Amino acid sequence: MWATPSQLRTKGIIGMNRRNIRYIGRYNDRRLYPLVDDKLQTKLLAKRFGVTTPDLIGTISNQFSVKHVAKMVEGHLGFVIKPAKGSGGKGILVVEHQDAEGYIKPSGHRLHREDLERHVSNILSGLYSLGGSPDVAVVEALIAFDESLAEYTYEGVPDIRVIVFKGYPVMAMMRLSTAASDGKANLHQGAVGVGIDIASGTAVRGVQFDRTRLDHPDTGHELASLRVPHWDTLLNLAASCYEMTGLGYLGTDMVLDKVHGPMLLELNARPGLAIQMANGEGLRSRLDLVERQPEGVDADARVAFSQLHFARRGELHEAALAS
Amino acid sequence: MSRVPFYLLVGVLLVAGIAVTVYRHVAFEVPWVPGEQRQVWEVEAQVNFIAEDGSAKVNLALPTNQEGFRILTENTGSSGFGLSFLDDDKGRRAQWATREARGSQQLYYSVQLLVAPNAPRPRVEAPPPDQDVSWARPYDTAAQEVIDQAYRRSSDAFTFSRELVRAFSGDRQDENARLLLTQFDRPTLLVKLLNQAGVSARKVHGLLLEDGRRRQSLTTWIQVFNADGDWVIINPTSGEQGRPDNLLLWETGDQAALEVQGGRDSKVTFSMLQHNEPASVAVRNQLANDTLLNFSIHSLPLEEQSLFRTILLIPIGALVVVLLRVLIGIKTSGTFMPVLIALAFIQTTLFTGLVGFLLVVAVGLVIRSYLSHLNLLLVARVSAVIITVIAIISIFSVMAYRMGLNAGLTITFFPMIILSWTIERMSILWEEEGPKEVLIQGGGSLLTAVLAYLAMNNPWIRHITFNFLGVQLILMAFILLLGNYTGYRLLELRRFKPITED
Repeated sequence: MWATPSQLRTKGIIGMNRRNIRYIGRYNDRRLYPLVDDKLQTKLLAKRFGVTTPDLIGTISNQFSVKHVAKMVEGHLGFVIKPAKGSGGKGILVVEHQDAEGYIKPSGHRLHREDLERHVSNILSGLYSLGGSPDVAVVEALIAFDESLAEYTYEGVPDIRVIVFKGYPVMAMMRLSTAASDGKANLHQGAVGVGIDIASGTAVRGVQFDRTRLDHPDTGHELASLRVPHWDTLLNLAASCYEMTGLGYLGTDMVLDKVHGPMLLELNARPGLAIQMANGEGLRSRLDLVERQPEGVDADARVAFSQLHFARRGELHEAALAS
Repeated sequence: MSRVPFYLLVGVLLVAGIAVTVYRHVAFEVPWVPGEQRQVWEVEAQVNFIAEDGSAKVNLALPTNQEGFRILTENTGSSGFGLSFLDDDKGRRAQWATREARGSQQLYYSVQLLVAPNAPRPRVEAPPPDQDVSWARPYDTAAQEVIDQAYRRSSDAFTFSRELVRAFSGDRQDENARLLLTQFDRPTLLVKLLNQAGVSARKVHGLLLEDGRRRQSLTTWIQVFNADGDWVIINPTSGEQGRPDNLLLWETGDQAALEVQGGRDSKVTFSMLQHNEPASVAVRNQLANDTLLNFSIHSLPLEEQSLFRTILLIPIGALVVVLLRVLIGIKTSGTFMPVLIALAFIQTTLFTGLVGFLLVVAVGLVIRSYLSHLNLLLVARVSAVIITVIAIISIFSVMAYRMGLNAGLTITFFPMIILSWTIERMSILWEEEGPKEVLIQGGGSLLTAVLAYLAMNNPWIRHITFNFLGVQLILMAFILLLGNYTGYRLLELRRFKPITED
């Protein structure tokens, strides 16, 4: 039921307090937060740095324009409405496709125009933003996600979280939505987290609700064969977010688009610790190693360094071989 | 980045906090526990004299803070007399004066004294011995013999005086002694002889405190100084050295305790009463010497004092929140919302508070879920929730009152805006994360509130925070240290348990 502190320390697990003081407090300059807390700013910044992100359909910034939302999404098959300053995936509305009668969510649930407008209105009044401050609704094109991953997820789009420390990708996981998580890729809501080997992009280990999993609970597909396509490009993209934002301890959320390859979905200046659970390994030793590296190394070299030092043989493979 | 300045700051805060706290305890006898009783003496001096139909002036010695006693309050009663207090190196005195006094007069002075075993003895300048003592024959030889004999049997000023007193008492009283006693009363004689031998000494007047005694008078004692400026009180009859615990020194300036001009048959009598008071009351009466070092809330008007009583507890609530969040890892809805709820619990008592809180939040959540269908702007919706909360509280109060539950009325102490935001947050949480998360965060908030309430409502903690402002510095130091804690939270030991299992 309980681990002892020394057990966790041996595993190199980082706790919330240490993350806050030692990494976020030390490496993330407060004044840079708006760059990542405001998804619209992140998007514009990414554009400037040539980092691919999902297409921006438009923004809605005042209640008067709420009525225009239906018009705005006309002609786009699938789209996502999200609050620019939302956190933890709150207030993100995904519409998979639309027809004459309304908008259909990935779950098959049908929404009407009024529902859409209410959601946008809620976003604008700050319901989902930190501290309830007025917000802007961002409307993005729905990404057409890579079908090679379709068997590993249920309803939602799987995304890949890479922790980038001082520009080095240190740990990665893929979040697969499940029926339990209602199509959302939030681990504490029941999404499956799959640790990804930094060197190869293959699955290391899977967890759901903090317990080890070998297959996807809904599709039943085993996780061992999971391999993220375009892995090197993805790592490069993640690593370059360091130069883009200047934040030393960063969570980058990526998705794989069928056409455009890896895309930056959003950034997080306070990435959670569940990634350690998905990888079955603590962040500590990796962060310590990166802290000893000199500044001013370019992104390619950093990725190469991480791939060399943080390589792991997947436990899932071992489990698969054993069975 | 060096952490030295940080630990220096914490160290300074800790040292300063502890020093101020200990100083208040030692120097002002503020007890560590609230229930402690303190002995307080109520002494009343009554001055009687017959006025000689004209102006009259009365001069009465007054006690000062001294070893064993501290003055709390003083009162005088003297109709028709002007009163002034004189304070010089001879001691404190009260002076009553009037132009026209006729017949029997009474003046009153009463003082409340706190029994303070640790009160320091004030430093007293030794009076120069008056060696210019001339005796008529045959007294000079008698005096010299008594002195010589006592001198041989002693080693210093104190033992010398003891021997001298013994020479005049009981079985050892010889002819010389009896001869000398015909000239002066015993204390005066002893002081004269001591001075003659080069020892500084004087008569002091004291009152032996005995509960419920009336019409007591001052007794005379001898204060003997040694070469180091140290002094002792010696009983002029028995030669016993040292101040009896119940001796209150009333006059120490080598003067008469009472002087009356324009009157006759004057005398001062004392009555006294002892009672026990809670230490906090005794402390409160000690207003007189509030200095910067003895910075205390007691110098404020009573109304502000009771306000501060609550304000000074908030850091305790904050500390509980910090402990639970940083060391345990409990999730709450709104960081310091539990502290405000705990403050409300102090007014309502715990059970009523819990029931009231759950009722208001539950009903509020139901109504809020309807509001969410109305598709309103956020500010308008929260405002509507505020009005709803006020309505719920009013209805509950009236219902409780009708049913004869007066405790229900205290529900109005809940911070309504905070409750409204709690309802709003919980409702959003319910919609987005489901009822489980609402239970976790709501339960965490309530648990924190209850623990904060238990801490803030603890009589000992209330006593300490209110009476020792230095404790605030110590709390600050602890909270700063906790803000520096990078170890695991208790609940993380469970969360990360699966990792350690492979």
